[in-house]
Amino acid sequence: MVAVYERSYQNATKVTRKANPFGFDPIFAALSKAAAITVLVLLAGIMASMIYGGWPAFREFGLGFLTGTQWDTMNDKYGGLPAIVGTLSTALIAMVIGVPLSIGTAIYLTQLAPAWFKRPVGTAVELLAAVPSIIYGMWGLFVFVPLFAAYFQVPVSQVVEGMPIVGTILYARSPSGLGILSAGIILAFMIVPFIASLTRDMLDQIPTVLRESAYGVGCTTWEVVRHVLLPQAGVSIVGAIMLGLGRALGETMAVTFVIGNANRLSPSIMDPGSTIASRIASEFNEALGMQMNALIGLGCVLFFVTFVVLVIARILVSRVKQY
Amino acid sequence: MRKFAITAAAFAAMSLSPAKAADITGAGATFPFPIYAKWAEAYKAATGIGLNYQSIGSGGGIRQIRAKTVDFGATDAPVKGDELTRDGMIQFPMVMGGVVPALNVAGIGLTGPLLGDIFLGNVKKWNDPKIVALNPGVMLPDATINVVYRSDGSGTTFVWTEYLSLVSDEWKTKIGTNTSVQWPVGVGGRGNEGVSGTVRQIANSIGYVEYAYAKQNNLSYALVQNKAGNFPVPDDTSFQAAASAADWNAAPGFGISLNNQAAPTAWPIVSATFILMYAKPADPAKSAAALKFFDWAFANGDKLATDLEYVPMPAPVKAQVRASWKAVVDTAGKPVF
Repeated sequence: MVAVYERSYQNATKVTRKANPFGFDPIFAALSKAAAITVLVLLAGIMASMIYGGWPAFREFGLGFLTGTQWDTMNDKYGGLPAIVGTLSTALIAMVIGVPLSIGTAIYLTQLAPAWFKRPVGTAVELLAAVPSIIYGMWGLFVFVPLFAAYFQVPVSQVVEGMPIVGTILYARSPSGLGILSAGIILAFMIVPFIASLTRDMLDQIPTVLRESAYGVGCTTWEVVRHVLLPQAGVSIVGAIMLGLGRALGETMAVTFVIGNANRLSPSIMDPGSTIASRIASEFNEALGMQMNALIGLGCVLFFVTFVVLVIARILVSRVKQY
Repeated sequence: MRKFAITAAAFAAMSLSPAKAADITGAGATFPFPIYAKWAEAYKAATGIGLNYQSIGSGGGIRQIRAKTVDFGATDAPVKGDELTRDGMIQFPMVMGGVVPALNVAGIGLTGPLLGDIFLGNVKKWNDPKIVALNPGVMLPDATINVVYRSDGSGTTFVWTEYLSLVSDEWKTKIGTNTSVQWPVGVGGRGNEGVSGTVRQIANSIGYVEYAYAKQNNLSYALVQNKAGNFPVPDDTSFQAAASAADWNAAPGFGISLNNQAAPTAWPIVSATFILMYAKPADPAKSAAALKFFDWAFANGDKLATDLEYVPMPAPVKAQVRASWKAVVDTAGKPVF
């Protein structure tokens, strides 16, 4: 959508009427500016207070705060590596599962589905996007996890036990159903409606004439999707995926329910772990002193990770734009 | 569920009634929240004075009383004597509860050291010879034991890990006692509800919850061998036996452990939940109001407590606690209660 707009916009000659100094325009401009500045000030304020709150932990542990694996409230030794790795790995799993599902859903809904089927499925996808995350968490714990343990974890663990590589990555030492993989799958369910509905809107925005022309020169549906629609909407789809990734990185309640909340680094994605957000949700209530500083410091790290991800997204988007 | 409904009703009643200047404010532990809310409701009906208690967790309660934003703080894990002296606070127990090992297998008997081994990951299977030897005739599954613990910092974890430290040297040296520890195995659930929900959902699991949660959720639980070698049933009798046997003056602010008491009928894992107040409060009238509420609760609240599966303090302990309130004085040095 953005791509199409921007291209047509760049070609148009800009015609703007000079604003009347006594009209609504100056007020409107000032209000918009104030709104934008408020957001910036809020962001800066949150950032500053998190750095301030986390500073004692950063100073005390230095780089060890990022690389340490101990989270020892008894001796006040805090290292965030298991939580950071958990955050990134659950988000990665969610992306690997969620992105193809979302884009497939969007393409089916816009290009292939019969008209009578589009509306109910489209509405269902939007409804899913509106379900609060705690519902996903409780559904995950009460419905998904026991089934996942009985019909996936136990059999898979038995099959892969002793095998090289997969025997490590997919072996569950205690097949409880809770773990990094479960959290990643639940996250995927959560971001699919998000990315799918955005992508669907973007595919819908592509001018019909482009699609019709492609079909006109004899393209198959696959060729139209692959060579016309996806390149057209590419930038926007990357944007939608990044929004989904942002949600996956920061999701708290649902993950807290199904990840197992263990502070252990494990090579297996079947084993319990924790994410930065779930760690904060679990411990914030009872935290005192250095533990509090460490939790705020972790929040700061999450802030930074999300920021880096967004910057990478921007770079990707600008790369894609050049085509 | 029943506790939840009562809690919700009490909470609604508390929040709907207009806040008066005379309302007592408190914050802290989540474990005693349902009974504090219930007492507050009855006290309001009897005296017209309300209590605004925020269950934000023990750590939060200590923070709030240190910041002097509330009349009293509440904590499950007792604050140490030197910190009490430093802050000029008094501490006293209000009500007790027992902790039980909740099971997702048939109810069995376990010993303290065996519990330590299970939570350390040394005993991995339900049909381990040590468990089988303790429970002859019980069919135990050939399955991995899934350990479930509290992922949030909690007084329940404090009691549980303190008990394990008392009965298992390996636990004491490797893990220790705290409101949250470095669990060597298992998965975490948030809150008593999280642990009881997880134990119920995860096959072959074992966790630890306040007795009230195990009972209300119909969870099966393990009987634990006490110091005298018996397997008492967890109920208010065996919890009170532990409280009566304990020497309450052994630690400042009544901050003793009720775990692993020698009495033959005592349940081995019991704890009290504590109130923190300033000895020289900035607003003596508010502290006096709070103490009047606690006095009323000691005198009239036992039935309400047992209804909610809490355990009232034994009468001699109540007398000692009342005596300790003399330490709360106004600006002239006169006891406010």
